[in-house]
Amino acid sequence: MKKRLSRLYFYLVLLFLYAPILTLVVLSFNNNKSRAKWGGFSLRWYNELFHNATMMKALWITVSVALIAALISTVIGTVSAIALHKCRPRIRKALLDVTYVPMMNSDIVTGVSLMLLFAFLRIERGFLTLLLSHITFCIPYVILAILPKLYGINMSVYEAALDLGATPFKAYTRILIPEIMPGIISGFLMSITLSIDDFVISFFNTGHGVQNISILVNSSKKVGINPANYALSALMFGAVIIILLIMNFKDSKRSNVQ
Amino acid sequence: MKKKLGKFALIFPFLLWMVLLIVVPLFLIAYYAFTTSDGNVLHFTFDNFKSFIRPNFIKVLIRSLKLSLFATVICLFAGYPVALILSGNAFKKKALLLVLLLAPMWMNFILRTYAWLTILSEKGVLNSLLEAAGFNTRSFLGNEKAVVFGMVYNLLPYMILPIYTSISKIPHSLIEASYDLGSSSYGCFKRVILPLSLPGILSGITLVFVPGVTTFVISDYLGRGKVPLIGNIIEQQFSSGIEWGFGAAISIIVMFVVILCMRIINKFTDEPEVTLL
Amino acid sequence: MKKIALLLSIAMLALILPGCGSSKTKLYVYNWGEYIDESVISDFEAKYPDIKVIYETFETNEDMYTKIKPGDDCYDVLIPSDYMIGRLIDEDMLEKLNFENIPNYSYIDDKYKAWDYDPTNEYSVPYMWGVLGILYDTTKVQEDTFTWNTLFDPKYKNQVLMKDDSRDTLGIALKSLGYSMNSTDENELKEAENKLLEHKDNYFGIVGDEGMDMMVEGDAPLAVMYSGDAARCISENENLAFAIPEDGTNYFVDAMVIPKNAKHKKEAELFINFMCETDTALKNVEEINYSTPHTGAYEQLDAERRNSFQYPGEDVLKAADVYNYLGSKEKLRSEIWNDYTASIAE
Repeated sequence: MKKRLSRLYFYLVLLFLYAPILTLVVLSFNNNKSRAKWGGFSLRWYNELFHNATMMKALWITVSVALIAALISTVIGTVSAIALHKCRPRIRKALLDVTYVPMMNSDIVTGVSLMLLFAFLRIERGFLTLLLSHITFCIPYVILAILPKLYGINMSVYEAALDLGATPFKAYTRILIPEIMPGIISGFLMSITLSIDDFVISFFNTGHGVQNISILVNSSKKVGINPANYALSALMFGAVIIILLIMNFKDSKRSNVQ
Repeated sequence: MKKKLGKFALIFPFLLWMVLLIVVPLFLIAYYAFTTSDGNVLHFTFDNFKSFIRPNFIKVLIRSLKLSLFATVICLFAGYPVALILSGNAFKKKALLLVLLLAPMWMNFILRTYAWLTILSEKGVLNSLLEAAGFNTRSFLGNEKAVVFGMVYNLLPYMILPIYTSISKIPHSLIEASYDLGSSSYGCFKRVILPLSLPGILSGITLVFVPGVTTFVISDYLGRGKVPLIGNIIEQQFSSGIEWGFGAAISIIVMFVVILCMRIINKFTDEPEVTLL
Repeated sequence: MKKIALLLSIAMLALILPGCGSSKTKLYVYNWGEYIDESVISDFEAKYPDIKVIYETFETNEDMYTKIKPGDDCYDVLIPSDYMIGRLIDEDMLEKLNFENIPNYSYIDDKYKAWDYDPTNEYSVPYMWGVLGILYDTTKVQEDTFTWNTLFDPKYKNQVLMKDDSRDTLGIALKSLGYSMNSTDENELKEAENKLLEHKDNYFGIVGDEGMDMMVEGDAPLAVMYSGDAARCISENENLAFAIPEDGTNYFVDAMVIPKNAKHKKEAELFINFMCETDTALKNVEEINYSTPHTGAYEQLDAERRNSFQYPGEDVLKAADVYNYLGSKEKLRSEIWNDYTASIAE
């Protein structure tokens, strides 16, 4: 009974989170451009999506920036969290306050100040600056996801490993990292999410024709959102579901073997 | 000596990143906030800060803190059970469900928000349903409730994730021991799970409250621009391209207020380590 | 994990490399979002095979300004609006054009030349123009004549979509009080602000481009809107109609200019000239709903469109204000606008 109630609640939360996504999926099949009127079922927006080179390129940039930025910021964030954990509380608090500045600033402040920095350093704006700016705002989230896990770790095991002659590197990778893995994973996922979702910081820190999906969607509000974007969301959503199903299938196969 | 070097090697990338991409841009912001140029001469000034001290700006700041606090509380009470359920035995494939919770946020923000408008607007899906069921249609958007709703929707996963990671780390033996010693499930929750998940709760509160205070897109769309938040005021200064100094000054004020708020929240828990066994 | 990293680095190289290899001249064009018929770009590249156009878009004049201000990013052609061009000229950021390279400039109607921002026609070539007005739902709004005060009529409580743009919003309040939209008089501006705040119960929302969507979907009955945007809304919802308020309005132009730090001035002029070819101008004006200053394209438009509100009579345009860059007075207007924004929710 309790289990059922739990599941019911969980599904309700999922419904809340997915209500707009389902709306997008429905709209992607709407022959009409309007959001309010149903003009019959059609695949025309999918057709348009695949023939729209600008959108396909923007999709590619969005995905590659998200993956690379998430990877790099997870690595830096993990190492930083471990280092911070070892600091004295007072120093840690001070460092953490600074770390959270990108979270506390409005996106536009972070975006503009990074842009000024890149201009000052004479780094040509484009893919690299876009990536760097995304790494910058992802790192604090990774640190915040990992730190609580570190507080809970019994450091004596790690120290014992050191006493028994393990190199610090080995002690880290064998003992510490597996312990904080859930934190690392959620930091990675959060980074991907933040990167895909960002518009303002991306806008000011890219150039030379490098545009991601958010920039494209934002600048097209003037003539109304191109419904091909709905088709894109529906496809992304479909891809996520398929990947989840495959992972699910593999997992259950493995547990069957066991 | 070697140990110290190792420690330094660990913290080095962090410090490099922090100085170059946080501290330097922060100085740039401070530079704009504290200077004014007339003609070609730069002056040091507090004017940008002084012009903020006016009842209507302060009210906007208080409104931002208030709405973000509401959203944080709702996220905490709605999200904690989700994290608890996720770490319990109701489901098996936990990693998958975690991804499932975040995946909606991978669809573009503007599109997601437009989808909410499709559902909630005057002629939207929800109102059509209400009408069909014989109720009066209502206006859901353009008020403070709608803004809090938008914050909850967009930030809920950031509350669930850290709480889940800290609960899932609690050894089962500990929970079982608590039952063996005669605790009810409520007692076990109160004495074992809740205190041990405190660091996660704190992270969650930070991840929801801080971005909530500075958001401006949510108030633009779901608040229809009628519920301006401090983020809107800051954004306006930078996007008009005229008053960067004022925008930078408000940013710095908000930063200090947010740090202060977080310190107060942290006070309730002392040092995170203390809450551990 | 390592494999992923390897794949990603290859992916990154693949992204960066094609940019280096090609020997074509890259022409950077920065325009409003969805403000061109994209086939025009490929037509241009077909005609000049040595040039590759890198096309980027912005959402507001101010966004564009912020991005080009640091001066390290070199765009070759920009298409901002009147007052922004004034600002760019004022700050010495624009290059004078060599009209010998732009023979098609002769197609631009003299009516649309010699704007306040560029009185001697040295810096800019007009691309599109329009006027500000009121878009309304004919099923809910019946008025004989429209003035800006229509928006403030108590019977339209919670029904008016205002713009989140300071020039337009302060402008219409000023105009409704009988002042110039470019006013820099503190008392006049204060009066305008108070008028806007006094009638805030009328506002359904204070929005940007998303307002068009709300009108098309029928959420709100009245909105302040540009003529081109209004034409698009009407094409998607036939219940809508557009009125130009009788107390005078704003008349604007977006024009092509070349920034000082452009690396390919000659190619940029080729591009501007190409945009002024009759076929190109016609394609563009048929794709986007604004009004063209190009005589050749105008003549080929169908009569219905030529007679619509998109080409109002001389008298309307004469009575309309063109936004100017107000120099040091911009700060005062910005302070008033901040005060208005912060007070709107109380």
